Amino acid sequence: MSVALSAPDIKRAITRISHEILEKNQGASSIVLLGIPTRGAHLAQRIASIISEIEGVEISSGTLDITLFRDDLRLRAPKAIMPTTIPPSGVEDRDVILVDDVLFSGRTIRSALDALGEIGRPRTVQLAALVDRGHRELPIKADFVGKNLPTSKSQSVRVLLSEIDGRDEVSIEGEVN
Amino acid sequence: MRHLLSIADLSKIEAISILDTAIELARVSDGAVKKLPTLRGRTIVNLFAEDSTRTRISFEAAAKRLSADVINFSAKGSSISKGESLKDTAMTLQAMGADAVVIRHSASGAAQRLADSQWMSGSVVNAGDGTHEHPSQALLDAFTIRKHLGLGKSDLAGLSVAIVGDILHSRVARSNVLLLSKLGAKVTLVAPPTLLPVGVESWPASVSYDFDSVIPFVDVVMMLRVQQERMTEMYFPNAREYSRYFGLNSNRMKSMKQGAIVMHPGPMNRGLEISADVADSSRSVITEQVTNGVSVRMAILYVLLTGGSLDAGGN
Repeated sequence: MSVALSAPDIKRAITRISHEILEKNQGASSIVLLGIPTRGAHLAQRIASIISEIEGVEISSGTLDITLFRDDLRLRAPKAIMPTTIPPSGVEDRDVILVDDVLFSGRTIRSALDALGEIGRPRTVQLAALVDRGHRELPIKADFVGKNLPTSKSQSVRVLLSEIDGRDEVSIEGEVN
Repeated sequence: MRHLLSIADLSKIEAISILDTAIELARVSDGAVKKLPTLRGRTIVNLFAEDSTRTRISFEAAAKRLSADVINFSAKGSSISKGESLKDTAMTLQAMGADAVVIRHSASGAAQRLADSQWMSGSVVNAGDGTHEHPSQALLDAFTIRKHLGLGKSDLAGLSVAIVGDILHSRVARSNVLLLSKLGAKVTLVAPPTLLPVGVESWPASVSYDFDSVIPFVDVVMMLRVQQERMTEMYFPNAREYSRYFGLNSNRMKSMKQGAIVMHPGPMNRGLEISADVADSSRSVITEQVTNGVSVRMAILYVLLTGGSLDAGGN
């Protein structure tokens, strides 16, 4: 197991992503942050509080559960369904930023786009990921990336966040083969 | 989990996870999204060899909200009324590619027979078999109790529930006794001795013949329908006497605890086991049971038709 991002690295990456989101969207007025449970939701909260601090306006984040929209439901054991909470502003005609911890096959994000489509029609949908580990199976790309981590498919990336795991850390487990 | 045949087969963890899944699915139904793509392309057959309103409509609504294809099939108007056996019916369903069969049958054990046989490969959901079990009803009752008494996602520890009336013929009572006691509630059965089954003393519940002595101490009063269609003998002298001793009327309701609720699985015999003013009172959660039924049945279909056992956590 090797540590890819330490707690200060994660903090810096999230701060940079927050600034990039503001830069790209020219401020915070139209953005809606939606985290994908479980860890994406906590990351979305962190980004929301950093943006609120920078811009001096209160930004709220929501969560978007994608379990019911997955394309592998017949293949895997059913996952527990997590809550979906949309901020009161809604997503209609907003710039929605999806936040997830690890971007891998891209299938989670495809499901998230389907789930989002059921809720409304945002003006744009953007994607922020703490880690992009490659190996995409779908034509999906992140707009904001904390760190690109080249990995082998046989490895796994473990993200720990202090809100649920007691500390911040990203590590790579398993051997390259 | 492949089949839902009886509460007895369900662990406490499985039961709680179905209820928790139903909470999230209920939120979906409340929100803007009424339809989910989750079971798109799957076929669910409602095989109702016995009459039903609520359960059949509820399973149909649940399957449709998850985008499954639904085939409804009742004894009247099908070859069952021509004497076709359960085996031949099941093989027909298999040939049509049913992924799940929701079965209601007047014979106890019909669902089990269908699941144990090699007649079909799909999941079997027991929607009531004779006087044996009605697991989806018990789950929706537990869901309603949890929601109404503000218990969040916890179990039912510390609660007291009275199940009152025709216990003998009630599959709802059997499933509820098993489930509610599994979830930690204390269950008391209230009925005349003639309407209690043989062996009731081995159930995880206490028994009382005196409704008035039980009612002030319970959080939930669950009334059962007097199943006259299953009664081949005299079980009580007359309806008025039954009503006086075991019916819930507004006078008796006054002695209920503050916040206690009245439930009934339906269909009701208004004026026999429950008076009309009680059924329509603010304590009654009877229509809410119907609403919750759809969410709970969505959760059951989700768990059965997505393979494997339910994981904890969402990552």
